[in-house]
Amino acid sequence: MTADSGPVPRQGGAPDVSQATLFGELLEDSADDLYEHAPCGYLSTLLDGQIVKINKTLLGWLGHTREQLVGRRRFSDLLTVGGRLYHETHFAPLLRMQGELGGVALEMRTAEGTRLPVMVTSVLKTDDAGRPLLIRTTVFDARDRRAYERELLRARQEAERDRERLKRLVATLQRSLLPPVLPRVPGMEIAAHYHIASPDQVGGDFYDVFPLGDDRWGVFLGDVCGKGAGAAALTSLTRYTLRAAAAHDPAPLKVLRTLNTVLRQEYTDDEMRFCTVIFGLVVPDGDGFAVTLASGGHPPALLLRADGGARYLQTPEGLLIGVLAEARFSAVETRLGPGDTLLLYTDGLTEARTGDGGRYGDEALLAFAGGLAPITPPAVVAATAELLGTFGAGLDDDTALLALGVPARSADQV
Amino acid sequence: MRASERNNVIVTGREDGTPVMLAHGFGCDQNLWRLVVPALAERFRVVLFDHVGAGRSDMSAWHPERYSTLDGYADDVLEICRELDLDRPVFVGHSVSSMIGVLAAIQEPDRFGKLVLLTPSPCYIDDEDGYRGGFSAADIEELLESLDSNYLGWSAAMAPVIMGNPDRPELGEELTNSFCRTDPQIARVFARTTFLSDNRTDLAKVTVPTLVVDCAVDAIAPPEVGAFVNAQIPGSRLVTLDAVGHCPQLSAPQITAEAITSFVAGPG
Repeated sequence: MTADSGPVPRQGGAPDVSQATLFGELLEDSADDLYEHAPCGYLSTLLDGQIVKINKTLLGWLGHTREQLVGRRRFSDLLTVGGRLYHETHFAPLLRMQGELGGVALEMRTAEGTRLPVMVTSVLKTDDAGRPLLIRTTVFDARDRRAYERELLRARQEAERDRERLKRLVATLQRSLLPPVLPRVPGMEIAAHYHIASPDQVGGDFYDVFPLGDDRWGVFLGDVCGKGAGAAALTSLTRYTLRAAAAHDPAPLKVLRTLNTVLRQEYTDDEMRFCTVIFGLVVPDGDGFAVTLASGGHPPALLLRADGGARYLQTPEGLLIGVLAEARFSAVETRLGPGDTLLLYTDGLTEARTGDGGRYGDEALLAFAGGLAPITPPAVVAATAELLGTFGAGLDDDTALLALGVPARSADQV
Repeated sequence: MRASERNNVIVTGREDGTPVMLAHGFGCDQNLWRLVVPALAERFRVVLFDHVGAGRSDMSAWHPERYSTLDGYADDVLEICRELDLDRPVFVGHSVSSMIGVLAAIQEPDRFGKLVLLTPSPCYIDDEDGYRGGFSAADIEELLESLDSNYLGWSAAMAPVIMGNPDRPELGEELTNSFCRTDPQIARVFARTTFLSDNRTDLAKVTVPTLVVDCAVDAIAPPEVGAFVNAQIPGSRLVTLDAVGHCPQLSAPQITAEAITSFVAGPG
């Protein structure tokens, strides 16, 4: 500011007489003048919307003369058609019901046909008995604000589209980590289920069943640490290593040792990656199959017998795979006869939170599956998938289920 | 879930009176009838409800597939009638609900005693054969934009409060605009269903005695549309109220209630 730029108010203290006079002169504008030239539009209408009074500011914005509007047009006539629909279905009824309405975004049409984005506030003026008389409306120019809001809206829509894209990508990637169809193994029934905890992130559970030649079959199910892209890469590496190792030598302990070595080579100690896997070699044996299972830190498989018995196949020494250079894993052998079913699962199932705040746990699973035995692979997978559904938000991890079994002889069936 | 809970059904008025079912249109909820209910309740059994997605209906019952056609809403109306065991009720539908009533009455003609279609429009979009609904498809897109820019106090954070505790007085101040507050996603679907449906060919199938009520000035359903509806429905009658706007039950409650009353009480 320059020194000669007009009257300089006195610093501090009470206003003196000359200042009061100065303010009085500046405030010469009457209420009328304030109404006409206020920095916002004023509009009064009858209850049917007919314009009875409008200030110069709003007339200026709209490019209309007073004569064109007063007594001739309704407020809603000044709106865009979409705005008019909104006015009739929301604005007018709400105003009538609650007597006032603020901050509504509408667009007005100017005499030239351009659009003027505005924010509108209306109150219903009533007589002493509370009967509505007329509607008073203030109109604010909202061009800048609406442009900004449109930016926000566009950003939100873009974010929603990105999220959809991410979901599709995740679903595709997830599918690529699971076998599209399980192979047909003569004399064996197989069923699987995969529960995805989050549509935004690739989970770390996996399973597969594949032929090894000479009528032998490899089976595995596991869980890699973490989620997202890193977990997907680790899952991919783990799957292909397991398949390649088994093609070379299908002894389950050797397969897990090879995987351990590969993970140790691939990842340094600083970015250690590990997983749990249960790997099985399945070989026909009379009217059933001989199964050798080796586990690296994975929850034990559940054996459901044709006679209704149920027990875990413990593999006590198995360590997480990818942690120690000299890892020890343990194996267990069993035989699946007609009517027997073997259930493999990841810890999403046993670690699910239950209503009482605890975890579902091994014992509950044993009791649940024990109550179902004898049961076919598709039936136990369906029942367990249904159980997963009952956990609701308590199930926050991906969960894979894989069941193998030998169909019961028809004479065994009740 | 029971239909009467799902649709927040409220029954008032004379227990032995003819049942009169009042169905609100797009935009707000059953509160829109508040100025005509006292007069109607003196003589009739008045049944009020909120369409699923509006007012205090059960939002969890809302599915985009079911409520993307007016048939979904018509099914709800029939379910309410069955559940309350209403004896040949008079269905009064405002705006889009008039077409919902038409569809319900075609589906089960014996269910209803009479129909009142308040400011109805069977089709809002003009067509090439000279039908004037008053709007173009672009206008409807503009309305959707208005919906997007006006949440009327709706926010994701508020939603559970609005839905879960409608009657807690300490939340009263939060409930400004609540009569017309809808989840924006639901509002968008209902707007499309409302303004893009075409029920012109259904009108001739109505066999229930019908009264068409329109307003002298209505930006949404102009008098030509009311006359079209009256001409298409066999044996219907038309009353044009000396009222302005699309909601005569608010802007002219007395003459609206009178028109409904004399038709309900009059001979079929």
